[in-house]
Parts: sequence; C-alpha cells; structure tokens
Amino acid sequence: MMDEIASHIIDIVANSLAAHAHNITIAIEKDSARSLLILNIKDDGIGMDNEMTQKVQDPFFSTKTGRKVGLGIPLLKGTAETTGGSFFLTSEPGKGTEIRVLFHTSHPDLPPLGNIKDTILVLIVANPDVDFLFTYTDNGKQFVIDTKEIKELLGGVPINHPEVISFLTKYLDEHL
Amino acid sequence: MNLEELKKIREKAQKDVELRQKQARIRVVVGMGTSGIAAGAREVLKTFVEEVGRRNLTDVLVTQTGEKGLASREPMVEIFEEGKPVVVYGNMDPEKTKRVVVEHIVNGNPVSEYVVEVM
Repeated sequence: MMDEIASHIIDIVANSLAAHAHNITIAIEKDSARSLLILNIKDDGIGMDNEMTQKVQDPFFSTKTGRKVGLGIPLLKGTAETTGGSFFLTSEPGKGTEIRVLFHTSHPDLPPLGNIKDTILVLIVANPDVDFLFTYTDNGKQFVIDTKEIKELLGGVPINHPEVISFLTKYLDEHL
Repeated sequence: MNLEELKKIREKAQKDVELRQKQARIRVVVGMGTSGIAAGAREVLKTFVEEVGRRNLTDVLVTQTGEKGLASREPMVEIFEEGKPVVVYGNMDPEKTKRVVVEHIVNGNPVSEYVVEVM
C-alpha cells in the first residue's frame, strides 16, 4: 500500500501539519559507498511526550479517536527495519519532532524512492503558510529548495500562484 | 532556469495578486491522510496543482488536509465555492480530476458521477 518512500514522506509530513508545524525540514541522502538511503524529517510542531512517542510507533495504537496520527509511522518503521535499516523518532512537547530513517539500499525489499519532484511540489503548493527546507543529496551532489528564499524573491506574490506553480514544476524537473 | 526568474513572475503577477487576495473564487481541498495517500491522493493533488498552473486559474486555491474519515472513498476532494454547497468527490484519480477541473471549476457544472456528498 505505501509502496514508495515518497508516499511515506507525504504521510509523515501530514503528521507534522497536524501538529501545527510552521517549518518542516526534509532531507534525503543517498550514500552508495555505505549502501544507505537516509531520510530525515524535522518539524517545529507541538511535539509529543515520551509516552506518546512510544505509542505512535506501535501499529496497534493510533490516536485516531482524535484522528491525528495514523498508521504511517509504524509502516515506515517496519519498512526500514525490513531492509536491515533503522528508525529513530525523537520529540519534545513544545519543540517539535524529528524522524530519522536509514534504509539499506542493497536489500531487495527496499521500496522505490518514487516521485520526489511531485511530492515536494504538492507539499509546497498545498501548504503555502508552511515553510519547507528540502535537501536532496546524491553521493555528495546536493540540491536544496528553501521556500523562505522563494517567498522572499516573490515579495507578496503567493507561492501557490499559477505562474509560480508552473515555474516550480519546471525548476524541480530541471534540477532534481 | 534559476530562482532569479521568480522576480519576473513577481512583477508580472502583482496585479492579479491584488484581485486574488480579496477572495479565491474556489477552494479545492484534497484529503492527504495515510489512506488517501495510499489510494493515490498525491497524484490527484498534483493534477489539480498542475491544471491550476497550466490554465492560469488565478482565482482557485488548492490545499491539503488530513484524513477524511471515509477510507473506502479515498482519494477524496472537497470543492468550496462562495454561496454554493460544498461538493465532495470520492474515488478520484488524475483523469477524473482533469474532468472536474474543466466541467466543475472552469464551467461551473459539478461532475455528478463522482460526487459522494453535497453539504
């Protein structure tokens, strides 16, 4: 069902949005020498206490009565561990949450990365009030997109303006 | 293509921004919870975003929300339009999305086959 890493990213970011994050950092790093794919997502949302941090990693628990966090975290954790990788979740109430996931790229069960361009585009455009800092590192070669920088260049023009959407689509196509 | 081009867009778009800030005519909200994403909500959201860019729909806002609570009908989309009932579409995909953009958003006729609820 969540058959791409890109889908997991959108899902984890949905948790950050539900936690009222204003700044979300997403970093993907491919390290072929160590056969690793590293995903890091950090937000400045409301955060969670220790008990909740444990609970959201449990597939048999979800805060779905309040519908805040779904099955996404246990699914991602399971996928990472299946590849022989690891999953770390740290959170602090009032500070935010950080998720760090390591996948072993040599494992046959590693899901495909999926469409990262579309993922980043829809997150940026559909959440104009949130700032995203996205970094993609492919064996040392780095691509960064920072919505704060883009908004500054745009002055008062919204980041979800049709002209900006078309620009971002082409920009991501060309650089990512 | 570099970020400096955004400055050109800024000059060009400033005028219709003033119009748009008054009130978007239509707001499109795509459910992006776990079940929505698994059912293909990202592709639906991408298609809306792409069509808004391509057709230069300056009075349409596309946003995302969490779980809609009706997993069997995901991906779900709500269309909010001033003075009209909210139209909820279910089991959406990129092709259906294109039809909703043309028939509902551009021409004002909801696509009844895909409607799951009118609120």
